[in-house]
Amino acid sequence: MTAVSLRDVRKNFGATEIIRGVTLNIAAGERHCIIGPNGAGKTTLFNLISGRFPITSGEIALNGARIDAMPPHMINRAGLSRSFQITSIFPKLSVFENLRCALLWSKGYKYSFWSALWRQTALNDAAQALLEDLNLSGRRDIPSGLLSYAEQRALEIGMTIAGGASVILLDEPTAGMSNTETDYAMALIRRVTKGKTLLMVEHDMKVVFDLADTITVLVYGQVIASGPPEVVRSSKAVQEAYLGALEE
Amino acid sequence: MNGPRWIWVFAFVLAMAAPWAFHDFQTGRDSGFVISMLSQMGMMVILALSYNMLLGQAGLFSLCHATFFGIGGYATIHFLNAAADGSLPLPMEVIPLLSGLSGLGLSIVFGYMATKQRATAFAMITMGIGELMTTAALMFHSFFGGEGGVTTNRTIERSLFGLDYASGLQVYYLILVWTLISAAGMYFLTQTPLGRMANATRDNYERAQFMGYDPRVVRFLQFALSGMFAGIGGGLYAITYEIVTFDALAGGLSANALLMAYIGGTTVFGGPILGAVLITLLQSGVSLLSNSWLVYVGVMFIAMVMFAPAGLSGLIVAHRPIAGSGRLGRLTIPYLKLIVPFFALIFGFVGLVELLSFMTIGAAQGKKLVLFGNAINAGAIKPWLISVACLFGGGIWLRFEARSFHRVWESLTADLKSGDRP
Repeated sequence: MTAVSLRDVRKNFGATEIIRGVTLNIAAGERHCIIGPNGAGKTTLFNLISGRFPITSGEIALNGARIDAMPPHMINRAGLSRSFQITSIFPKLSVFENLRCALLWSKGYKYSFWSALWRQTALNDAAQALLEDLNLSGRRDIPSGLLSYAEQRALEIGMTIAGGASVILLDEPTAGMSNTETDYAMALIRRVTKGKTLLMVEHDMKVVFDLADTITVLVYGQVIASGPPEVVRSSKAVQEAYLGALEE
Repeated sequence: MNGPRWIWVFAFVLAMAAPWAFHDFQTGRDSGFVISMLSQMGMMVILALSYNMLLGQAGLFSLCHATFFGIGGYATIHFLNAAADGSLPLPMEVIPLLSGLSGLGLSIVFGYMATKQRATAFAMITMGIGELMTTAALMFHSFFGGEGGVTTNRTIERSLFGLDYASGLQVYYLILVWTLISAAGMYFLTQTPLGRMANATRDNYERAQFMGYDPRVVRFLQFALSGMFAGIGGGLYAITYEIVTFDALAGGLSANALLMAYIGGTTVFGGPILGAVLITLLQSGVSLLSNSWLVYVGVMFIAMVMFAPAGLSGLIVAHRPIAGSGRLGRLTIPYLKLIVPFFALIFGFVGLVELLSFMTIGAAQGKKLVLFGNAINAGAIKPWLISVACLFGGGIWLRFEARSFHRVWESLTADLKSGDRP
């Protein structure tokens, strides 16, 4: 079963074509990493899938249904959630409030202005459990903008998975982290995305080959290889375009 | 985020008792001035709190908030007239509810237009709406009554409690109760999913989108509800003054809502209450003493924006961590040191403003200039010199003391930070 499928997706910014016909199928439950040199269009591709930018042409489907004309909140409600390369949280709200906000829609509260948050025991317990899962209990009531960088990244991941989406997009979740922090973040990602479809942009090759079931290599807006790690690793085209350059 | 409960109880008891502190028990007369000032405070508290639902809580910089206050006022005049001729058989106590619904109706229409955008574009649209409504109020005489406005008589003689609302005191208590209901309602909204998502879209609307929320719907609902509360405020205005003119929905009052909310502080729920009380005090109290009271409000606003963007309540809340650690006492001496240069600065500034305004307006009106209890000859050089010396001397001295205050403050907060690490 295909969770996310892209068919000949193209994106122009003005006259410049950034994504030049990407066709990609991501199986449900798969851990799929997208790699590629800087400027390859990895983040742009994420922005297209999650609805942040409209596509120029092509088709994107989530669990078989077209999502390429939907606004981001509709795509999210359809079961796709994403994180951002540059940490995107609610800096003035407490850590707990950030997580509770991330839970609200999936718990069916919608735009309710008649239910008092303090009385929603199930919701508050879920937020608290998530807080503990992320190891942020000690920081519960401080504004999230004051967290350390690694803590903010953990919170970002927590907010991304909170709504229970079946497809998770993570954009460079370990960027800027130390080795220990990366190990911790990867363990967290494995744990919280169990049973979900994971699509991830990542620069750290160790992380990629460690985690991915499938790797897709994107170069100048085109897929030059896609397959299991060992196949991608031995692909000549990939070595020429990308991996070789890293080893020099 | 909010003060202890006793502050709210205390504020309410104070508001209940305030008219009696100025009651003349020998003649049995109320102080009309005090009661009308307190009534004005009540409406302004509602206006400022409802404005902060937009500015502070949702990050929406609206320039037409008085529109909904005003429409509540106009509609209420017509409700009262209908109540008096018997076509609207409702008691006085529930009329403000209808005022709120009038505000809500209009804020749904205009909110639908304005909340399509956010940030600067939103502000632009609201400015257009404000101007549009001011013009409409002058054009459509049947509803708005043109420049003269519309009038009513509030003694409709229908009340749940057998009151006739002929006296200002009865109206004041009606205002007080509705202010309490509105404030409680608006506080409740901050504790609901919508209220929390309004904060979230304020901080980062894009993230809210990727959590399933349409930021536009959040903005729209917040805008509509805030218009409803503003309408209640306008209804109380109409009941109090029995006349509503276009001033009640014009840009000046919208700007006032912004001033009150900002000076009181937009980051704490109760902040705008402080701002509304303070500005109303200045408006009714200082305006009796000086022609230049608006200058003082303006300068206070600029000073707040520059030095204390979190407003008065933000200043108070900033002390909380230090108070919590029991070290507030260490700030006493630094604060005392600020007092003399601060008042010298104010003295100098007020002196200059009053001298200048006397030269331009006061003298022409044939008044005598009295400053701080002394008759002053504005033509002499001495008062000018003293004012300038106080202004600059106080300013420089204050800057110096403020630096040393800042050092003490920094060392106290640094202690706190190192204190909570094991």
